[in-house]
Amino acid sequence: MKKQLLPSINRVTLRQRLISYKKSPMSLVMFLLVVIAAGVTALLVAFLIGYILIKGIPHLTPSLFSLKYTSENCSLTPALVNTVTMTLLSLVIAVPLGMGAAIYLAEYAGRGNRLVAAVRLTAETLAGIPSIVYGLFGLLFFVTRLGKDYTLLAGALTLSIMILPLIMRTTEEALRAVPDSYREGSFGLGAGRLRTVFRIVLPAAGPGVLSGIILATGRIVGETAALIFTAGTIPQFAGLMSSGRTLAVHMYSLSQEGLHTNESYATAVVLLILVTGINALSAFAAKKLTRG
Amino acid sequence: MKRLSIRKLKEPLMKILFALAACVCILAVLFICIFLFASGVPAIRKIGIFKFLLGTQWRPENDIYGIFLMIVGSLYITAGALLIGVPIGLLCALFMARFCPKRIYKPLKSAIDLMAGIPSVVYGFFGVVVLVPFVRDTFGGTGLSILTASPLLGMMILPTIIGICESAIRAVPQSYYEGALALGASHERCVFRVLLPAAKSGIMAAVVLGVGRAIGETMAVMMVAGNQARLPHSILQGISTLTTNIVMEMGYSADLHREALIATAVVLFVFILIINICFSLLKRRSRL
Repeated sequence: MKKQLLPSINRVTLRQRLISYKKSPMSLVMFLLVVIAAGVTALLVAFLIGYILIKGIPHLTPSLFSLKYTSENCSLTPALVNTVTMTLLSLVIAVPLGMGAAIYLAEYAGRGNRLVAAVRLTAETLAGIPSIVYGLFGLLFFVTRLGKDYTLLAGALTLSIMILPLIMRTTEEALRAVPDSYREGSFGLGAGRLRTVFRIVLPAAGPGVLSGIILATGRIVGETAALIFTAGTIPQFAGLMSSGRTLAVHMYSLSQEGLHTNESYATAVVLLILVTGINALSAFAAKKLTRG
Repeated sequence: MKRLSIRKLKEPLMKILFALAACVCILAVLFICIFLFASGVPAIRKIGIFKFLLGTQWRPENDIYGIFLMIVGSLYITAGALLIGVPIGLLCALFMARFCPKRIYKPLKSAIDLMAGIPSVVYGFFGVVVLVPFVRDTFGGTGLSILTASPLLGMMILPTIIGICESAIRAVPQSYYEGALALGASHERCVFRVLLPAAKSGIMAAVVLGVGRAIGETMAVMMVAGNQARLPHSILQGISTLTTNIVMEMGYSADLHREALIATAVVLFVFILIINICFSLLKRRSRL
């Protein structure tokens, strides 16, 4: 009996609600404002994505994907390949560093460690620096000081600094979410700290770490300002030591020329689908962590 | 015997390796500071700090470099973005934290995550093909103006503001809400009069981070803001910001011009550092 009654005590029917709104019309105004704001946000997202998809999908022609870029077909294949290379390179540099740092922060450093405070402070600073400042730093250091010309490698090094705090933070959170009983069990069985980290804690934190890495991939794919002056804007298949544009830079160049609007729409569709897919993948991995 | 010593060495060795990886962050910040300041500060000294910061003329061909108008431009556009982004973002965060039916929450949350993931070039392109013609046809002018850039930027900082505001509102103890409700306040009154003031410093942190994002944004602003270094008389005129000026001119600059652009980045960097400090102070206060 009691169980059936209880939930209905706190439930407000529509009529009761209307009566209370009549008493305090300000509340109704506030309620409407809040709902409108949420509606506007949802509509903005839907409009932006819908508009680009509808305008762009009809222009996804085979010539857009042809192997060689000419100023007529505006092929995005070289840019797409460069994006993949750039992503892999940046991740190869940033992931071991970020994970190592996170392991140190979460597993090794004791409380009140000075180094930890410094690392956290600098990581926060790095996360706030705008990408154009990274771009200029890359130009000054990786391009001018260490090399001579725009190269894919310089771009990847710049981006790896940019995504380092992201990978570090997500990995650390994932490591901290692993219950201490796992570690205690492992120590109890005689495993050392290193073995515990690599065999017990990291596998348990796997999905969280993965979600961070995928999120970083999304950042790399969408980045433009940091790459223009480090990897350059030449539309060709680029090796490590040559200049090449990624898809986002390609998209920027196309829309800046202003001659190929249709191709720009189509490129935007590809970029949008890529980034959305990557983010969805990351959310999926993160969900797996909370369930497991 | 030898294997044993390797095993003994492995533990401290790996610990040192991990610590070194952690130091990379510190090194990166140091290097960024050193390289930016080493190229930027001499230029500022050569130009004269007041002439550089307060000069209203940017004429590289005559070696006149004053970035005052760009600072003003950045502030104008950021203020405009906040004017749009903060009210909508805050109300939307309230909706998500306190008004949202469970069925709507998940799709809305993923829509906002999606919005955060869209690259800034795509936002810029959207601005060029939708907002610019709209402003041009409705209000006149070229369409490349403050009135175009600010709403676009406001839209871009929405996910940041919503995310932090929502967690700030959720961090307020439930007992505050229950207490207000028990005193007879309506649900809306509880939310706006009790929860909102209690989450104040978290919300301020969201605004500060939004300012950081808006000042640092480059590509989208550059595509729609018109890039003219002059004092705007109306919001329908084009404007140049700290970031857009760097991207526009870095490609062909040399000597003092190039150093002046790097000095512009130094000014931007200092802005961002100040904003970061404010953000972490506010974050500490709000227990986020």
